[in-house]
Amino acid sequence: MSAHAEKISYGGLIKNGIFGENPIFRVALSLCPAVAVTSTVRGGVLMGVGVLFVQTMVNLTVSIFRKFIHPRVRIPAYILIIATWVTVTDLSLNAFAHDAYKMIGLYIKLIVAFAIILSRAELFASKNKVVPSFFDGLGMGIGFLLALTVISFFRELVGKGSLFGHAIVSTKPVLIFIMPAGGFFVVGLLMGLFNWIDIKFFGGGGASGGGH
Amino acid sequence: MERLFELVVAASLINNFVFTRYLGLCIFFGVTKKMDTSIGMSMTFTSVMVISAALSWVVYNTIMVPLHLQFLEIMVFIGIVAGFVQAADTIMRKVSPGLYYKLGIYLALIVTNCIILAVPLINAGEGYTFLESLVFGLGSGLGFSLALIIMASIREKLELADVPKPFKGLPISFILTGLIALAFIGFSGLITL
Repeated sequence: MSAHAEKISYGGLIKNGIFGENPIFRVALSLCPAVAVTSTVRGGVLMGVGVLFVQTMVNLTVSIFRKFIHPRVRIPAYILIIATWVTVTDLSLNAFAHDAYKMIGLYIKLIVAFAIILSRAELFASKNKVVPSFFDGLGMGIGFLLALTVISFFRELVGKGSLFGHAIVSTKPVLIFIMPAGGFFVVGLLMGLFNWIDIKFFGGGGASGGGH
Repeated sequence: MERLFELVVAASLINNFVFTRYLGLCIFFGVTKKMDTSIGMSMTFTSVMVISAALSWVVYNTIMVPLHLQFLEIMVFIGIVAGFVQAADTIMRKVSPGLYYKLGIYLALIVTNCIILAVPLINAGEGYTFLESLVFGLGSGLGFSLALIIMASIREKLELADVPKPFKGLPISFILTGLIALAFIGFSGLITL
């Protein structure tokens, strides 16, 4: 019985990351990569996978060491843990996906400054056991990956007429969507769409204000 | 001299952090609701950027390069920035409490901010000299200030506009930013580096 109940809550944690507290569309944290790397699907997916890995490993590490870290030095300790895992991701992506890395390398390094990762470590992993923390990180990471995939899918299809670099549409593409300005438009429109769905069908009050 | 001037123009207008490199968006959307906070924030950011560019250049080129420790750059740079900001916070509180009450809250916010960290990372990646790093930090800071002030003045007007409900708040700000970014594309042919 209890095992069954726990199983549901793990699913709930993942669902929370994808819908309830989707890092980009709902909580509006870590917006920079949502615009920066999404001009191609490959860039968006690679970034999403990087964040998924870092978030999961950071949650796991913080949760394992939560009893050893003194509360007064917890923020520097978490930042050090995050920086370690970001370095691991940075070096591995550079080795395994060198071409794509050349485009998004700076943003991979800057995962270290993502508010979402520190906030999950602080709000969830520092208070919970190892397994739930792992699933929370997984859920948040998947939510992030999905958001980036949706944005980049749309931008590459309309802006370049291709997906993963393969040409799909033969008509002249709308170039503005892969330009910087297009990224802002697409994210703004998708956020508006999410809010509209929320207000129309679930009676919600729209997105939380966002900010840092 | 010419090269340094070009670097300032390139960092502030052509490769503006917000509109073409998409960095610092969290802060950009977070503090631009009011003009006062934007001005305070841009002053703090510009000075922190210049000083952290200088500090990290010294550490990177005198310690990390000779010892082949470049792979530790992420950890070292975030340590430098966090340590420096903490020190500035403490010193400012003792030396000039007036300034501290004005700008202190922003200092706490910028410790783990991507735009501050991006300056040393780009400097190290491009292999700039000491002077070039300083100038790049300054140009980036000025560009970020420009972005904050433009956005804040538009958003103060936006308070009175009749925006459809799902687009209130962040979504409409994103679309606005897109429009400003379109305008900034005009700068791209200004100089060729």
